[in-house]
Amino acid sequence: MVEMVSEFISLLKSVGAFHAIYVTLLMGFVATGISTCLGITFGLLLEKYHFPFKNAVLRVNKTLMGVPPVVIGLVVYMLVMRRGPLGVFELLFTIPGMIIAQVLIITPIITGMVHTVAQKQAPQMRAFAKSMGANEKQTFWLVIRELRSEMYFAVITGFGRSISEVGSVMLVGGNIKASTRTMTTAISLLKSQGIFTEGIFLGVVLLLMSFLLQMLVEYFRKEENLNENF
Amino acid sequence: MKKLLLSLAMAVLCAAPAFAAKDSTELKMATTTSTADTGLLDYLTPIFKADTGYDLKYVSVGTGAAIKHGENGDVDILLVHAKKSEEKFVADGFGVERFEVMYNDFIVVGPKDSLPYSNDVKATLAQVFEKKVNWVSRGDDSGTDKKEKAIWKSLNINPAENPNYKESGSGMGASLSMADELRALILSDRGTFLKMKNDASVKLDLDIICEKAPDLLNQYGVIAVNPAKYPDTNIKAANAFIEWITSDKVQKIIADFGVDKYGQGLFVPNAKK
Repeated sequence: MVEMVSEFISLLKSVGAFHAIYVTLLMGFVATGISTCLGITFGLLLEKYHFPFKNAVLRVNKTLMGVPPVVIGLVVYMLVMRRGPLGVFELLFTIPGMIIAQVLIITPIITGMVHTVAQKQAPQMRAFAKSMGANEKQTFWLVIRELRSEMYFAVITGFGRSISEVGSVMLVGGNIKASTRTMTTAISLLKSQGIFTEGIFLGVVLLLMSFLLQMLVEYFRKEENLNENF
Repeated sequence: MKKLLLSLAMAVLCAAPAFAAKDSTELKMATTTSTADTGLLDYLTPIFKADTGYDLKYVSVGTGAAIKHGENGDVDILLVHAKKSEEKFVADGFGVERFEVMYNDFIVVGPKDSLPYSNDVKATLAQVFEKKVNWVSRGDDSGTDKKEKAIWKSLNINPAENPNYKESGSGMGASLSMADELRALILSDRGTFLKMKNDASVKLDLDIICEKAPDLLNQYGVIAVNPAKYPDTNIKAANAFIEWITSDKVQKIIADFGVDKYGQGLFVPNAKK
């Protein structure tokens, strides 16, 4: 039994699975963090302001919400490759390169989700705030606060997308062992070697991570709600 | 809406038996990335169909995974290049018999002038380690990866101690692109390298550093999956393929494959009569 476990672990080590967990988390948090800032800003701005071709912008954003990550991966690859326009920055096969690709994938999703809920709820809130005599800044914070739980949901969706994504990180990151290998690309490599059990194990770890994160967010939300009610 | 869903469900139900039904004119093959990446199989498939009436359907994966497909009875035939694993596959009763088909050779490629040209792969790899040259390894347990690991082992070197050694965990084509990007050396099969050098939209800026070393030959074998183990494999089609690919006519086709495009053949046929 002990032997089996140690063999199992050594197999996982041979594909650099433990470092891959670190890369996945690092990439997930940074990419989601950047996308959250961008996505919430864009989403709220798109709701609040009207400008020419706004509908076209919205439609493009909705389309990008469903863009295949592998296409984004290819585009970023071509931009950052040695002979590409951004080649001098040497971002190919690095974690920052992978984060760029992920931000491009996740930002439209968060933007779209935030815009959709804001469009539905923000006008009433603004009218209410105005009638209560709130100024511009207070109104802004009220909208943010009231849309909090929807934004949590958008961020969790973005994070989930980030850690589960394989197409773009495979292309841009290159799946280099102990460097840019993520859990998903490690699973894909294990599969290509005909090793399934360890792949499933990594998949379960990935699910657990997602589960724990949700629990955490749920916990904080409850705390806040409680504080508010007293 | 309901009607649409219903008709969709009906369509799926009707189509299901068509997928499940055993199509006896279909030959399922698991093969390595090199036979597919070079375009050889796509070239051979219509000829095979015309000669024998069988449809060749192949999945191209690393040798390790290809053999696994065979062990699971997912395919009817294997066309791979890792002699030891192949012999074990037959010895374990999964395969009927191994037939040699052709070989190609491995080469070490890298940026021009990174290391002097040589015909001694061991000397080249020893230099890579000594001078801490950038090196990309497949690291995916494929036939090529096994070959590379065997050479490192024969040199008693742990290549991972070279700080510029990277494992791509990807197929040959993707790894070659990576070596090109990182200005690294890499062990590749000649066919994939020539094809990538000619046909990739960003042409590889890599040259041959080491070739024609005796320990760089890469023998391909074809094995029918044992019907005694998996009775529903298509052994008739598998045998037809083996007979066909080892025939003089097809061996000649293999020898000529790629000559017009690359100025040299990608594979050397050597089926025994």
